[in-house]
Amino acid sequence: MANLKVLKNRIASVKSTRKITKAMQMVAAAKLRRAQEAAEASRPYTERFNAVMAGLAASVGGSDTAPKLLSGTGSDKVQLLVVMTSERGLCGGFNTNIVKLAKAKARDLLAEGKELKILTVGKKGRDQLKRDFGKHFIGHVDMSEVKRLGYADAQGIAKDILGRFDNGEFDVATIFYAKFVNVVSQTPTAHQIIPATFDAEDGETDTTALFDYEPSEEAILADLLPRGVATAIFSGLLENAASEQGARMSAMDNATRNAGDMIESLTIQYNRSRQAVITNELIEIISGAEAL
Amino acid sequence: MADTMQFDLVSPERQLASGQVLSIEVPGSDGDMTVMPDHAATITTLRPGILRVAGSDGTSEYVVTGGFAEISPTGVTVLAERAVARGDMTQETFDDMMKEAHSTYSTIRETFKNEPGPVDDAAKLLADMVAVGTHIGLDSKQANL
Repeated sequence: MANLKVLKNRIASVKSTRKITKAMQMVAAAKLRRAQEAAEASRPYTERFNAVMAGLAASVGGSDTAPKLLSGTGSDKVQLLVVMTSERGLCGGFNTNIVKLAKAKARDLLAEGKELKILTVGKKGRDQLKRDFGKHFIGHVDMSEVKRLGYADAQGIAKDILGRFDNGEFDVATIFYAKFVNVVSQTPTAHQIIPATFDAEDGETDTTALFDYEPSEEAILADLLPRGVATAIFSGLLENAASEQGARMSAMDNATRNAGDMIESLTIQYNRSRQAVITNELIEIISGAEAL
Repeated sequence: MADTMQFDLVSPERQLASGQVLSIEVPGSDGDMTVMPDHAATITTLRPGILRVAGSDGTSEYVVTGGFAEISPTGVTVLAERAVARGDMTQETFDDMMKEAHSTYSTIRETFKNEPGPVDDAAKLLADMVAVGTHIGLDSKQANL
């Protein structure tokens, strides 16, 4: 019977799909652990850095000589959005969520009459943004060659952004990435990096105000602000890496479960029609025998 | 006065060292300084150099290429952009660092043609790197290739 054969093939194909999604889930779980460890390892640096910067920014920020990276160019006309997404798909709503947030922000900015520039990191975000905002693209950073995310990667991106800032290409820069909360939830986040903002922890700023600075506060600030950009990007990239794997893991878990359900219902259907065929044949045989 | 203080060496990628130490020699950008417990609270930027940490069980050395140090009476936190334990320092890693310093120098020399300030700074950075190489017995010339 053709119908039976079709069902059988269908079951076989869903089964192999399940195998693939199951394998992808396990790979994502392993990668997630690594990505989480990397994010964990970078936290002491980021925390100390931000605490020091917050203290410095508070004491120097108000003066006229404050560096442009901190005080801004005095305008917010040209906005740069740095959208960081993954290189690969099949990770649920991960990329879509980041892009959605970036798109909402982009529309707001355009509605306010601001000039918009977009720099994409990661292929998926670029593909999704291309249709609506393709003409605003100023660059793309390809991360597909990067096997293990290092600080040097973040430095490369930061250098590009800082170079554009020095050339006066934009006034305000915001990075978009997904903050890792846990395996099932990743929050798309926007973080303004130029002019720099630092989230000071409570009480930290009071103590840093008492420090001696060598060389001067301004010199240190000027030296550290570009690093702050790289640090912010690096922590964004790390969060993104963990989020991507987390999202992929839960997406693949769902897919595996769906495949299981499908196999179950297909198997029932297959057995039913097989039995119907047998019953049919029996009826034919019996009625043939009775007719004699 | 306390004999020891807390010492943390962190890079963006990981925490390299943490523990109680007796004194630390920091390659500050305005000059080297030795930090002992109860040092005045200071924040200083680093130049490429060698960070020498004396603990109760001997001295360990790290090669740092930049960053800053936060010194308080009870401890020191060094936030280094790139830090390598001296024992792990190979010609290859050093070549890498040299190449980076050279490329920074040449880009800065091109961008700031007529401003001596930044160019001098970059030249100093490069010279510091060469000095580090000489100090730990690695050849700084190979990286020029």
